[in-house]
Amino acid sequence: MATKKSRLYIPRPMARPGDEPDFSYLDLADAGTIDKPSINARTRDIEYLSSGLVRILDDEHRAVGPWNPGIDAADLQIALRWMLLNRAFDKRMFQIQRQGRISFYMEAAGEEAVSIGAAMALRAGDMCFPSYRNQGLYMYRGVKLVDMMCQCLSNTKDMCKGRQLPIMYHSRAGNVFSISGNLATQYPHAVGWAMASAIKGEDHIAVSWLGDGSTAEADFHHALTFAAVYQAPVILNVVNNQWAISTFQGTAGGERRPFAARGLGLGIPGIRVDGNDLLAVYAVTLWAADRARRGGGPTLIENVTYRAGAHSTSDDPTKYRPKDEWAAFPLGDPVERLKQHLIAEGHWSEDKQSALEEELKAKVLAAWKEAQQYGTMTEGPFLDAATMFDDVYAETPYHLESQRRRMRAIESGNGDSSDGGTS
Amino acid sequence: MPQMNMIEAIRSALDIVMDQDPNVVILGEDVGYFGGVFRCTDGLQRKYGDHRVIDAPIAEGGIIGAAIGMGVNGLRPVAEIQFADYIYPGFDQIVSELARLRYRSCGEFFSPVTIRTPCGGGIRGGQTHSQSPEAIFAHVSGIKTVMPSNPYDAKGLLISAIETDDPVLFFEPKRIYNGPFDGDPEKPAVSWSAHPKGEVPDGYYTVPIGTAEVVREGSEMTIITYGTLVHVAVAAAEATGVDVEIVDVRSIAPLDTETLVASVNKTGRCMIAHEATRFGGYGAELAARIQKDCFWNLEAPIGRIAGWDTPYPHAFEWQYFPGKKRMVAGIRSLMEVE
Repeated sequence: MATKKSRLYIPRPMARPGDEPDFSYLDLADAGTIDKPSINARTRDIEYLSSGLVRILDDEHRAVGPWNPGIDAADLQIALRWMLLNRAFDKRMFQIQRQGRISFYMEAAGEEAVSIGAAMALRAGDMCFPSYRNQGLYMYRGVKLVDMMCQCLSNTKDMCKGRQLPIMYHSRAGNVFSISGNLATQYPHAVGWAMASAIKGEDHIAVSWLGDGSTAEADFHHALTFAAVYQAPVILNVVNNQWAISTFQGTAGGERRPFAARGLGLGIPGIRVDGNDLLAVYAVTLWAADRARRGGGPTLIENVTYRAGAHSTSDDPTKYRPKDEWAAFPLGDPVERLKQHLIAEGHWSEDKQSALEEELKAKVLAAWKEAQQYGTMTEGPFLDAATMFDDVYAETPYHLESQRRRMRAIESGNGDSSDGGTS
Repeated sequence: MPQMNMIEAIRSALDIVMDQDPNVVILGEDVGYFGGVFRCTDGLQRKYGDHRVIDAPIAEGGIIGAAIGMGVNGLRPVAEIQFADYIYPGFDQIVSELARLRYRSCGEFFSPVTIRTPCGGGIRGGQTHSQSPEAIFAHVSGIKTVMPSNPYDAKGLLISAIETDDPVLFFEPKRIYNGPFDGDPEKPAVSWSAHPKGEVPDGYYTVPIGTAEVVREGSEMTIITYGTLVHVAVAAAEATGVDVEIVDVRSIAPLDTETLVASVNKTGRCMIAHEATRFGGYGAELAARIQKDCFWNLEAPIGRIAGWDTPYPHAFEWQYFPGKKRMVAGIRSLMEVE
């Protein structure tokens, strides 16, 4: 049966370790060349947005074209600051994981504009359903660095009370949902939240993010179907950072049509955007948000970017892709590009950049010093383990209270942990 | 005899069946070029090509559904689900399709899929990398469910699993991939090289599905367990000085009732231990069997030790995990019953 030569097509990345990086597969477009339609445009009339690439920052670091949102220099400096903070935070937490002081970490390096650009375009009442690489959203929406660190440390000030892996934050106050370790599950949640917003007659929208790899999950398709059927006020972002763990975006089906085109069959407009161009991410998000708020329904946005670091602290990317691949990525580094734009416009300098980087490094370090006071994995104070029985249900049932007592007895060195059939 | 850890033993089993049978294919997330996040398929794509060791899209339902179709068309697929915690998007395909295909088509169609998946806690994986969902699948008629506790059994059972025409869920306790674990996280890690079951023949052999094994003989009580907790039970038995007999279930379904019943009828006391949550757990099925078949020989109520009925908490992994302390206390208390 399987003795003849296989005729199956197997997608293979352009470059593996030892090969020259090769991004010739990426369809690019010059900055400013993609038309900006009215937010009332019909999906069939704007299909070009899903195959083009909305870019605003050009090779000379100018902001050009119809999508240019004309953001004030002061606001762009703030954006730069958020991206740098995200990067400084990640750098420190990655080191801390390497020292064995937290169990796990995931960096967003290279993808900072995806979170910050979108966050700037949203309103406080809009609800975010992030993936695990959107830590920038939590920062932008008011979660303190020290609180994020305490989560990673599972310490006495941990918002998750020690129950979640590092980076799986949540922020009810900031309208950023709880992160799951399972992929794509947040996508239908965002659609449902948006449907509820419409049912309640409100103009809040929902926004979600997932990776190119996660588009293969059924939940991605469920979300698109519901969003299309009910014209839910939702923005669905695909963060195409080229790599799932070791598999490239072609393994998720990105070789023939862009991810932005996934919704066209359902009538959902798609926009393919330069995810490393903060202005472009901001502009397309604002367009999609206005459209959703005015009853125009969902938009699927593909943010084309690159995962500069490992998938997580559990993998070594040099085992599956060229070591220097990021340096060859044609859309560059989002931080560097915004910095160069501000410099080109006369609103920034290398000196200011260095000073800001130092300031943020110190800010992160100060937060780290404070966070440790609330405990680490190895040094107290520690959370009370008995709290693990809280929040399983709204009210803790008898059998869990009984287990809590038994656990306490065992931990204090006296008592029986078994169940002789009593509960 | 060669020494292997559990990862090497699993890889050896896969290598042997792939070499013998060109219809065996592997599919899963990161299993190909990368060799799997736990390295169980390392080198197999280089050896057998990317048409037989297939990197799959991140879609567990798709992986299992496609594996079913491949199996119907004459292949013998081994699907890897990267963590047991990620198996749920494939649940419908397993329960409604894989498990029932033979029955609903009166044997005209079947699909001999093996699903390998790492399970269990002990690696600081938090609630999405630590679960033990074997009871959920043991509850489904039409699939076999297996969980080895050592490299020798892992290889022999995996070859059996791939060769059987029935679908098999093959749970791999990830905490003991690299060495046996007695439940004390403070102690330095131990390798399989010092363990008799770390001796694994290079060549073909099988361990039949549906057989339990007495891993420690004793006369005063029986602990029925499987997976990581087999090693915890052995350490706890030694710590108490009680003459405990330990039975490694190995095959969750079908269950080797005979070996379990013979042991409890001999010792008169029975403790059941698993890492999964207790309520509605697999231990309840075991307890019901033992109660029915050993009732007149039981000198104490059957005890159960299990994970608490909460999600697996990241920071309290060792308070959650039914480790040595809990096992020792359980043994002592069961022996106190007059």
